[in-house]
Amino acid sequence: MNIIVLSVIVLGVIGLFSGLILFFIAQKFKVYEDPKIDEVEAVLPAANCGGCGYAGCRNFAEACVKAENLDSLNCPVGGNKTMQKVAVILGKTVEAKDPQIAVIRCNGTPEFRKRTNIYDGATTCAMESALYGGHTDCQYGCLGHGDCVVVCKFDAIEMDPVTMLPVVNDKCTACGACVKACPKNIIELRPKGKKDRRIFVSCVNKDKGGTAKKSCQVACIGCKACFNVCKYDAITIDNFLAYIDPHKCKLCRACVTVCPTNAIWELNFPPRKIKEESETNKEAAVADENKNKNDETLQ
Amino acid sequence: MLKTFPKGGVHPPENKLSADKPTKILGIPEEVAIPLQQHLGAPNKVIVDKKNKVKVGQKIVEASGFVSANVHSSVSGTVTKIDEIIDASGYKKPAVFIKVEGDEWEESIDRSKDIIKDIKLSGEEIIKKAAEMGIVGLGGATFPTHVKLSVPKGSKCEFLIINGVECEPYLTSDHRLMLENADELIIGTQILMKALNVNKAFIGVENNKQDAIEHLNNIVKKYTNDIEIVPLKVQYPQGGEKQLIKAVTGREVPSGGLPIHAGVVVQNVGTTFAVYEAIQKNKPLIERIATITGKSVKEPGNYWFRIGTPVNMIIEAAGGLPEDTGKVISGGPMMGKALNSLDAPMTKGTSGILIMQIQESKRGNIMPCIRCTKCVNVCPQGLEPYLLMNIAEKQIWEMAEKEHNMDCIECGSCSFICPSDRPLLDYIRFGKQKVAAMIRARSSK
Repeated sequence: MNIIVLSVIVLGVIGLFSGLILFFIAQKFKVYEDPKIDEVEAVLPAANCGGCGYAGCRNFAEACVKAENLDSLNCPVGGNKTMQKVAVILGKTVEAKDPQIAVIRCNGTPEFRKRTNIYDGATTCAMESALYGGHTDCQYGCLGHGDCVVVCKFDAIEMDPVTMLPVVNDKCTACGACVKACPKNIIELRPKGKKDRRIFVSCVNKDKGGTAKKSCQVACIGCKACFNVCKYDAITIDNFLAYIDPHKCKLCRACVTVCPTNAIWELNFPPRKIKEESETNKEAAVADENKNKNDETLQ
Repeated sequence: MLKTFPKGGVHPPENKLSADKPTKILGIPEEVAIPLQQHLGAPNKVIVDKKNKVKVGQKIVEASGFVSANVHSSVSGTVTKIDEIIDASGYKKPAVFIKVEGDEWEESIDRSKDIIKDIKLSGEEIIKKAAEMGIVGLGGATFPTHVKLSVPKGSKCEFLIINGVECEPYLTSDHRLMLENADELIIGTQILMKALNVNKAFIGVENNKQDAIEHLNNIVKKYTNDIEIVPLKVQYPQGGEKQLIKAVTGREVPSGGLPIHAGVVVQNVGTTFAVYEAIQKNKPLIERIATITGKSVKEPGNYWFRIGTPVNMIIEAAGGLPEDTGKVISGGPMMGKALNSLDAPMTKGTSGILIMQIQESKRGNIMPCIRCTKCVNVCPQGLEPYLLMNIAEKQIWEMAEKEHNMDCIECGSCSFICPSDRPLLDYIRFGKQKVAAMIRARSSK
């Protein structure tokens, strides 16, 4: 009996003593942490994707608390709702930002962009791009090994087995991981647009028109047809490549119809009414149909 | 016992199909595309314009820095355009396109076959002239020769080694050069010795080229006692600078260092011949030998070609593209690069065109690493290729640098030996590019 009592007393005293030491040390070396950091972190998506430019959600929460205003901070995944919540917690105001989405600026399916070589090395885009020009004549287009699919944490991008191009779906949060992963810089973050409607040039080929067209039938050839038809100065042409400024674009779709190579894409628009089916328009109609098919897969 | 390097190495089948084929002269094409940059180092600037008339040997591209090399026109005719062309790297690079009209040479070039033995220029003048004539290392790396010859202050060059190893399977251009132009080669070696101010030179030749060793031994007796022919045991990659130095002198180049840090300068036999022509004959580097070979090629051979000739033309000369072609490779099977386009121009660095059969060129399916350490055993640089590949897959570049991936000489022994067909060298090359970019960014800060 004695030995039990003794051990209880000894252990109890040791425990009490250690507890006291720990208590005083904790007091001495206490680091003050703003409780708001925890609160902010709780409303963040906890995806730790790094889309905001910080190392993770905790890091971003700290930055939010420290910052004087929230203008330069944005959680692309949570979007305006989350940023509004963060602003309420911190008692600051935040401007609503246009939600963004990733778009694939390459249109070169095997049908339009003939494979001229066989690449049988390591199957990542970064490697093929670094060690070999690519397996088609287009030096700018998608390589199709899916580096973007691998880095996406939201299951928002997948490879279409038929077109061999990546397809972005609604789960995209515009974190920008795929933009960084793509060695060919094909993927761009663009505003989602009204009712998810978007128009963009689905090509990044900077070759002269003839060379571009030879390597890929649906390449932008820099013909300036869209530039001339645009009423809003939204289109610029640089290095034989058109670019549509999403902030100036009014989604009138005039450029889409004039593009001779169908390099300009419209997404989520209602189908057009076909006015007359003359001989010359037939081709365009077929191309339109193809495009709509692609739209469906994208949706 | 024959000398060789002590660590690693493999012995791929030699397949020297064109070793006994004397060199021929490849005709002049209708149009050449001469890439602006055919060397390692700073990019160049063009000094001719559209519609200019040029002669053979006229300088058309000027070096823009010290580590850079001039480029000369290899044909006479009119400059049609300065545009981009897909070269051996698979990417579009700027090039000068010249439409050929006749064959009119610059008058200063001595085109006779006489052998000139007297070396009139001083050491410094030799280096200056090598730079002017656009001489670069013809072993494949195309490093400007005048940079190699300018020994930095504080270090001393004790030996010159002439690299006649040609350890790559299939290629025979250096072998033919040693047999057919031995006199010029020995004089070229003497010129290089004078430029470097050394008293001793070695010519390293692998033992599978007995005829070349005997021939060189006979010729060298006529000239000097300071040049020694060193027969070497057949072992890939003995033609690597660092391996050759170790094999011949027993010295080791420190990690990250240059051969000069071990007191040695290495030059390829092709370069030595080009130096002879530049110094004694005033001829810039406008042509070189390339081997055209492959198991199903009708007539494998060795050809003197003008820089900028399309690959197509040499294939035609060898009897056309065989039906079972899998890959066309610029260089040898171990270190060469598969070509994207047969219109690609052959440049100063093209030592051969290899046409591989489909069966031969196919890569196996990539299987998991079984930890057999074969890659570690064969690495001549003492690296751990499996580890470098793993790091590159995970993209941890700081660690890759710590594991010395920049010391890799890209010989491909690891990929060759791997029983799981893992693309080890691909990943290491990729890692080297990334680490090099990281180092550049750090030093520019």
